Amino acid sequence: MKVTVAITRRPEIADPQGTTVRRALHDLGFAEVDTVRFDRLLTLEVDGSDSETIRQRVEEMCERLLANPVLEDFVVEVDR
Amino acid sequence: MGAATDLVWHAESSLAAFDAVVLPGGFAHGDYLRTGAIAALSPIMAAVAGMAQAGRPVLGICNGFQVLCEAGLLPGALIANRDLAFICRSIEVAVVDSGSMLTAGLEPGEVLRLPLNSYEGNYVDPSEIGRVVLSYREDPNGSQNAAAAIANAAGNVVGIMPHPERASAEWLGSVDGNRLLDSFLKAAAA
Amino acid sequence: MTLDQEELSEETAPTLHGQLGLTNDEYQRIVGMLDREPRPAELAMFSVMWSEHCSYKSSRAHLGRFPTEAPWVVVGPGENAGVVDIGDGWLVAIRIESHNHPSFVEPFQGAATGVGGIIRDIFTMGARPIALWDSLRFGPQDQPHNRYLFRGVVSGIASYGNAVGVPTVGGEVAFAEHYSSNPLVNVMCLGLLRAEDLVLATTGRPGNRAVLLGAATGRDGIGGASVLASASFDEVAARKRPSVQVGDPFLEKKLIEACLELYERDLVIGIQDLGAGGLSCAISEPTSRAGTGIDVDLDRVHTRESGMTAPELLMSESQERMLAFVEPALVDDVLAVAARWEIDASEIGTVTESSEVRVVAGGEPVAQLPATALTLDAPRYDRPLGAPSWMEDLWSNTVHFVQPPDIAGSVLQLLAEPELGSKARIFEQYDHMLFLNTVVGPGHDATLLRVKGTQKGLAVSTDGDGRLCYLDPLRGGSRLVWEAALNVALLGAEPMAVVDNLNFGNPEKPDVMWQFREVVEGIAQACEFLGIPVVGGNVSFYNETSGLDIYPTPVIGMLGLIEELLLPPPRLDRAEEGMAIWIVGTDWAVNLAGSVFEKVTFGHVGGRPSAPDPTMGRAVLGTARRLAAAGAPVLHDISSGGLAIALAEICIASGVGADISYNDWRHLFSEDPHRFLVVAPESVEANDLAQDEGAPIQRLGSMGGAELRLGRFTLDVDAMSDVFNSNFA
Repeated sequence: MKVTVAITRRPEIADPQGTTVRRALHDLGFAEVDTVRFDRLLTLEVDGSDSETIRQRVEEMCERLLANPVLEDFVVEVDR
Repeated sequence: MGAATDLVWHAESSLAAFDAVVLPGGFAHGDYLRTGAIAALSPIMAAVAGMAQAGRPVLGICNGFQVLCEAGLLPGALIANRDLAFICRSIEVAVVDSGSMLTAGLEPGEVLRLPLNSYEGNYVDPSEIGRVVLSYREDPNGSQNAAAAIANAAGNVVGIMPHPERASAEWLGSVDGNRLLDSFLKAAAA
Repeated sequence: MTLDQEELSEETAPTLHGQLGLTNDEYQRIVGMLDREPRPAELAMFSVMWSEHCSYKSSRAHLGRFPTEAPWVVVGPGENAGVVDIGDGWLVAIRIESHNHPSFVEPFQGAATGVGGIIRDIFTMGARPIALWDSLRFGPQDQPHNRYLFRGVVSGIASYGNAVGVPTVGGEVAFAEHYSSNPLVNVMCLGLLRAEDLVLATTGRPGNRAVLLGAATGRDGIGGASVLASASFDEVAARKRPSVQVGDPFLEKKLIEACLELYERDLVIGIQDLGAGGLSCAISEPTSRAGTGIDVDLDRVHTRESGMTAPELLMSESQERMLAFVEPALVDDVLAVAARWEIDASEIGTVTESSEVRVVAGGEPVAQLPATALTLDAPRYDRPLGAPSWMEDLWSNTVHFVQPPDIAGSVLQLLAEPELGSKARIFEQYDHMLFLNTVVGPGHDATLLRVKGTQKGLAVSTDGDGRLCYLDPLRGGSRLVWEAALNVALLGAEPMAVVDNLNFGNPEKPDVMWQFREVVEGIAQACEFLGIPVVGGNVSFYNETSGLDIYPTPVIGMLGLIEELLLPPPRLDRAEEGMAIWIVGTDWAVNLAGSVFEKVTFGHVGGRPSAPDPTMGRAVLGTARRLAAAGAPVLHDISSGGLAIALAEICIASGVGADISYNDWRHLFSEDPHRFLVVAPESVEANDLAQDEGAPIQRLGSMGGAELRLGRFTLDVDAMSDVFNSNFA
C-alpha cells in the first residue's frame, strides 16, 4: 500500500532556509509571499492490507526514525 | 600573481571594467534551497552571462561552479557527495582536455594535487554535453565521469570543484594550482 | 511551561519561580531587593540572569584563584572574550564556551548554535573570527544513542562552521561511559583585530540608542540558560522540551560582515551579542558595566511569531542577534549598513542616567529594576565541599603486573581505540583551510596559524581531560595546562594565555564541588608557574545523568605566540629514513595510573597519576622551543597512549619505520607529563640544546625500514596505518 508521510517543522521552530527563500522571492517580485517553510514529503510502499495497522506502524517509524520529535510534526496518510 | 583584482557587489550590474571574472567558493545565501540557486539570480549574473557570451574567461570555483550551473552558463548540476559528508582534503586530478582557458597551459595526462573542500561536489549531467577538462584520479564524491572541472563548448567558461587558489604555496602543501591560474590570467590578458 | 499573565496570580507565583529554576531563597532575595513582589517580566529576567550559566553563582567563589593579569592582557575575564596584544598593533581575541545541554536535547542544532554563539562572542569585540576548535566527549560508541549524539554534533559543527566561513582547524574527542547520554560540546574561537578596532560591550553616554540587529525574535529556547544548563540531564529529558534554537549560518555571515563594517566606520559605541540570557542579558550587562540605565520598548523588537509576551521576549534565545549602542545621530547610518547586508534592525531603546532597566510593552511598564540587581547583585554560593570518601581507595586500587604484555598486540589494540585512532573522518568534514592561514591543521598536537601581513605565527591547542582529573583533580588540572603549554611550544611558540572550560557534575554535591576547587587550584598553580594569565572561561555544571556525574572535565585552550614563523614547521609527517629519535624529559616513567593502556588492556581506571614537576616542565618547554627554532622536522608530545603510540603516529604519518630500545616495557605506555619525542638528523644538536635548558635527553634509536621495532617486538607500519585509519569507519 502507498503511504505518504508529511514531515513539517513545528511552527514555533525557526526555518532560516524558508526565511532566505522568501526574501529571494520578494526580490523577484513575488511580494505576495508571506511565509515559506521547508518541509519534507516521504512516500513509502508498504506490504499489508489493513490500513489502520499500516498507519500505526508508519507512525511508529516516524517517532523512532523518520521525524525529529524535537523539531518536527508529522502526518501519515495511507492510500485506500 | 601580478593581476589587478577587485571585489564586485552582487547587486551591481556591470563588469565593463574587467577582462575576466572569478566566481569564488563559499556558501552564497547559505546554500539554501539549492546550492547556488539564489546567487544565480543576483543582478550581477546578467553581466557575467554577457562576458561568457563575449568569449571572456569566466571561472567558477567550488560554490562559483555551482552558481554557473544554476545560471545555465554550464551544463549539469552539482548534488550532495556520494557519502553525504563534507570533504576537506587534498586530492589528485588529471588533465583530460587542454582546450579550455583554465587548462590551456597543461598537457593531457598531467597530474595536479589540489584541495577539495565541498559538500555538493558530485557532478551530474544527464545531457552528457559538459566537457570534462579535469578528472579525479580516485573518485571522491561520485561525480559523473569523475569530473572535477567542466568547460562550455567554447572553453571560455570553466567550473572547477577543487580549489586551485588553495594550492598556491609550498607551505600549503602544493603549488599546482598556480599552473591553472596562470592559464586563466593568460586568457584574461589576451 | 506557560508564561500567561493569569497564571501569575499571588498564589501561583512561587510555583512559577520554581518552574523558572529559582529557589525559594532566591525568590525572597528578589522580593527583598525590590521591596515588592516581582512582576512576571522581572521574574523572567531574574530567572535567566541568576541562572548558574549566566551568574556563575556556584563557581565564582573559586574562579578568583586564577591569575588574570600580564602586561600583554588587554581584556581579561568578564567581557565577551579575552583579548591579548601580540605586537605590531595586532590583538587576538579568544573565547571558549560549552553547549552541552542543548547538544543533548538536539545534537545537530545544539552544536551548530554553539559554534554560532562563540563566533559572535569574538566579533562582538571588533575582531574577525579566523578559526574554531572543538573539544568533544561522548559515551562509548557501541551504544546507538551515543552514536546518534556524536554524529549529530559533528554534522552540526560541520554544517554551521563551513557555511559561516570560519575554518574549524583543530580539537579533540574522547569517549567514556561517564559521558553516556551526557555529551560535552565545548567550542573555542579565535579572532584577530587591530588595536584601534577594539570594541567593548558598553552603552556609552545617556541618550545613546540601542539597536537590535539580526534574526527576528521567536520563542526559541525559552528558559534555555536557566532551566537547561542548571538541571540534570534527566530533568531536562523529562520536562517539556523548550523550542530548540535553530542556527542560521548565512545570517551570521552577514552579521559578521555588517558588524565589522560598523566598527571600521566607527558607527557604534559598544555591542553585545544575545546568547544565553537573550535580551535580558544584553540590556543589563552593558548598562551595569557602564553605570547607566536603559529604557526598552518591547513593541519595537522585530519578531518571528505573533503574540509573544513580555517575559518571552526577554527570555528568548533566538540566535544570530546583536544589540548595538549607537549615538543618536548615527542611528540612520547603522540602519543603512544593516539594510545593505539585508539584515533586519530595530531601534528598541535609549540609554538613560537612571542606572535602572525599564521595560515597556503595549505601552505599559512591565519591568523596572536596578541593572546591577540582575548582574553584580546575583547570588553567590560558597557551596559545601569535601574530598570524596572513595578517593583513598581509588589511589590504592592499582594493577599489579605479573608479566609484560604482548607489546605489539597492545599497540594495535590501542591504535584501534576511538580516542587514539585517526580523527580524519571527523576533521575532513570541516573546512580547515578557509582564509589560507592554516600552516599546521587538525591531526597534530596543536594548530599553527600564520598572521597575514606579519612574520608572526599563533600556535593554539585545546586539551581536555576527564580520567586523570577523576583520579586526582589537582594533579590532573595542573598537568592539563602543562600539556597544552608543551603542545604550543613544540611548534616553537611561547605560551601567552589560557582560556578554560570547566565541565562538572552537580555542584550541590560536596564531592563535585571539591573536584571543582581542586581542578581550579591545579590550573591556577600551573599558570602561575608558567607566568601565563587566564583571560576567559566558562563553567558548565549539572552534567549528571541518573545520579552519575561526569568525570570532572576541564578543557584548556592555550594560545602561544611565535615572533618569527619558520617554514616548514615541525610536523608528524616529516620523519625520514635514517633520522635519529630522542626522548626529552624523564625516560624512566613507569606510572600507568590513568593511562589509556590500563583502561584498554585491563579495563581498569585507578591508582594515582604522577604529579607535574614545574622545574622539569620549564626545562622541557624551553628545549621544545629551541628545537623548533633549530628546524627539527618532527617534535611530538607524549600523552594519551604513551611513547609507543606517539612513535607509531610518527611512523604512520611519515610512512617510515623506526627502531628503538627500552629498559622497562612500562616506559612505552606511561603518560607521565613533560615528555616529547624528537626526530631529526644527527646534525640537529638535540643533546646540547636539552642540556643547555637542563632537560634530560636520551637517544632511543633511529627511523628506517617498513616496521616499527620496539625492542624484540615488531609492527608493520602499513598494518598499523590500516588499524589507525579505520577509526569511525
